[in-house]
Amino acid sequence: MKLDAKIPEGPLAEKWSKHKFNLKLVNPANKRKYTVIVVGTGLAGASAAASLAALGYNVKAFCYQDSPRRAHSIAAQGGINAAKNYQNDGDSVHRLFYDTIKGGDYRAREGNVYRLAEVSVNIIDQCVAQGVPFAREYGGLLDNRSFGGSQVSRTFYARGQTGQQLLLGAYSALNRQINLGKVQMFTRHEMMDVVKIEGEAKGIVTRDLITGEIETHAAHAVLLCTGGYGNVFYLSTNAMGCNVTAAWKAHKRGAFFANPCFTQIHPTCIPVSGDHQSKLTLMSESLRNDGRVWAPKTVELAQKLRSGEIKVTDLKEEDRDYFLERKYPAFGNLVPRDVASRNAKEMVDEGRGVGASGIAVYLDFAEAIGRLGEDAVRARYGNLFDMYQQITDENPYKQPMRIYPAVHYTMGGLWVDYNLQTTVKGLYCLGEANFSDHGANRLGASALMQGLADGYFVIPYTLGDYLATIGPKAVDVKHPSFEEAKKNVVDRVNQLLSLKGTKTVNEYHRELGHIMWEYCGMARTEAGLTKAKGMIRELREDFWKNALVSGSNNEFNQSLENAGRVADFLELGELMIDDALDRKESCGGHFRLESQTEEGEALRDDENYAYAAAWEYKGDDQDEVLHKEELVFENVKLSQRSYK
Amino acid sequence: MSKNMNLTLKVWRQKNADTKGKFVTYQAGHVSPDMSFLEMLDVVNEDLTKKGDDPIHFDHDCREGICGACSLHINGRPHGPKHGITTCQLHMRSFNDNDTVVIEPWRAEAFPVIRDLAVDRGAFDRIQAAGGFVSVNTGGVPDANAIAIPKVIADEAFNSATCIGCGACVAACKNASAMLFVSAKVSQLALLPQGQPERYHRVQAMVAQMDAEGFGSCTNTGACEAECPKEISITNIARMNRDYFTAKLIKQEEA
Repeated sequence: MKLDAKIPEGPLAEKWSKHKFNLKLVNPANKRKYTVIVVGTGLAGASAAASLAALGYNVKAFCYQDSPRRAHSIAAQGGINAAKNYQNDGDSVHRLFYDTIKGGDYRAREGNVYRLAEVSVNIIDQCVAQGVPFAREYGGLLDNRSFGGSQVSRTFYARGQTGQQLLLGAYSALNRQINLGKVQMFTRHEMMDVVKIEGEAKGIVTRDLITGEIETHAAHAVLLCTGGYGNVFYLSTNAMGCNVTAAWKAHKRGAFFANPCFTQIHPTCIPVSGDHQSKLTLMSESLRNDGRVWAPKTVELAQKLRSGEIKVTDLKEEDRDYFLERKYPAFGNLVPRDVASRNAKEMVDEGRGVGASGIAVYLDFAEAIGRLGEDAVRARYGNLFDMYQQITDENPYKQPMRIYPAVHYTMGGLWVDYNLQTTVKGLYCLGEANFSDHGANRLGASALMQGLADGYFVIPYTLGDYLATIGPKAVDVKHPSFEEAKKNVVDRVNQLLSLKGTKTVNEYHRELGHIMWEYCGMARTEAGLTKAKGMIRELREDFWKNALVSGSNNEFNQSLENAGRVADFLELGELMIDDALDRKESCGGHFRLESQTEEGEALRDDENYAYAAAWEYKGDDQDEVLHKEELVFENVKLSQRSYK
Repeated sequence: MSKNMNLTLKVWRQKNADTKGKFVTYQAGHVSPDMSFLEMLDVVNEDLTKKGDDPIHFDHDCREGICGACSLHINGRPHGPKHGITTCQLHMRSFNDNDTVVIEPWRAEAFPVIRDLAVDRGAFDRIQAAGGFVSVNTGGVPDANAIAIPKVIADEAFNSATCIGCGACVAACKNASAMLFVSAKVSQLALLPQGQPERYHRVQAMVAQMDAEGFGSCTNTGACEAECPKEISITNIARMNRDYFTAKLIKQEEA
């Protein structure tokens, strides 16, 4: 199968306008004859469901949470980028495009990223019209701030909870359509499979998480807006329920999975405190504006700190190594996320880590407090300091914070063309669940932008083209494909429930996380990855023999839910390893030790790896087949990133 | 690092909405003060699972205090003993060795128990769907800076908008009233210029749905405000009442 990204011809700035004109339209009177399924109700899903319903389509929306408002988009803190140029500081659609493609280390499509920048301005208008309370200046107009990886102030924000406010906006638009009867909402429903008829997606199989009922739903098209797969690492900043199941089932039904090894590690998270830990908490990136990152100069000092023999406040200035300032004098503590993360790991690997576990470095505000005073620091970061103290019981005004990188976002996902269609016709993928716009590294404040761009302003156009082609003939839910898919799901559930071994699902998940973090995290080697592949296979085999799943199907059963998700992560993990093995270059957040400059920095290999890796599923326990989509750069010049 | 604790838990167990529930006592040993409350329950659940018992079911998701999924009445208080946080942000260092901790679900007729500590808060979604929106379609809206909104108004609307829909206000209220939740959304949109055209219709539609769901009346006790993890003020209730009466008395034609 040849991958066709369907990027429109013509100059970059005209591609989307031309494409919109060339797309087929569905007559307004015919739209009500179509049904569209939307899985997931985060920013991408809620905005898509609301927008498609507003156009006149019938929408069935599904989420695993008890309310669509709880999707994990809600947790985004920082902001949303848009090329409004309200600050008169030289921003433009082209500049946002350029920053995003460069930030992604030149592993995203020019056409997609340009469109993203183009529609970014409409998103802000839309959200404000819904009543989203963005931060404002005293004059009453919208405020902006700057964010990592850009030199202009283009980030719109709503205190530290931009994600919640944007999601509540999309949720309100969704509610309006529910009230109008155009969206039928199914909460506490998990998608278990995609149903295909003659090669095209025509529905899904779901499990009602309260009753256990396995249901089938038919539609003219299926949209997966199911978020990222960061929880494959067990510990991440994702919500506990975030999972890959919907995307993975689609993958097994023929949707290629692209760049699975591209995950983002965020440098400033609160470190792990013990084996009981269930998730990691992000501390805003803004802390690095005033905090200085350091580790003890010697392993001996680090050991004394860990054992409690000396206190961090006892350490003299000359015993501290401000390693980011030392190695990157130009950017210092403000190097990009990937560089900051990798260097912290290096310190810990050398034995210079701190805290009881030894897996942390310091983020120190003493200098800022001395320079600005404690009150000024409190005004800037008070809520973050409180959060830190609540979790760690340490006062960051008196002693440095301990931080360590954590998995935060996944750039990889289902492969989609310019229309957001996967390699299965009629099956679309939006938001973090697809691979399309962030390349090998996502810039801050661009995840919210992409989710809403896909849902509000891309899919309403591109989906119509497909629907107009297939026509409004109703899909027959009695077609044998539905029965076949349903039977598969029932079998799978029974298989999981038959597991009455000795090890809990959580224990498997934690072990998988350790393997992924150790061998497929920030730094990778051929040997390590090869070893990890074998370990994951063994772990997966063991899971299906010795795991312990409690309860039955016909009840609210969180043990069963979790088991299904972890079983899919155990398969995805191996594919991520395969992808990381294939990509022998260092790129974005991914450092292949075999590919570095003389100074020990990441070395990209554009000659051999300027492609998106799209993987085709071939059957259980078989290696997947790689298809390459070559990336063509006509508008930007590829350059090596340097922050020295 | 402080020492691990042993706790006695009295947990509400209920198989489903149709079965009678009861308290069951569990011993939680080796509880680290660094654990969050939900992580403590995770550990108890691991033990229960290994013993062949059903784990305790409870709702949770983001575990950073923003999704509103977690609930739990802990020793008689929604989200536990601390102020301004959710259960997932509560750490075990807020408890002492040998404490007895009573854990119950939200208690309200409009929030039926699904299982153990998980309840059905679908009523909140239905109230929002009755009118908690500005009727705009996607596209065709004015430029975001076309309307200037005074910062104080925007900030006040924001304070109302911080509601995470957890239901602690209902659980705290002796009448199981949802007034704080409903008034927060009504206020956000009543304060902002975007919400004006539907202002008087919205408040009536949302209040009607709230009543239909079986929530109790407000008697100005203020427990909701005291227990709200986002510290939403009961001023919102006053605002909603004013709009509601205005709608009923003199703005019928706009509703």
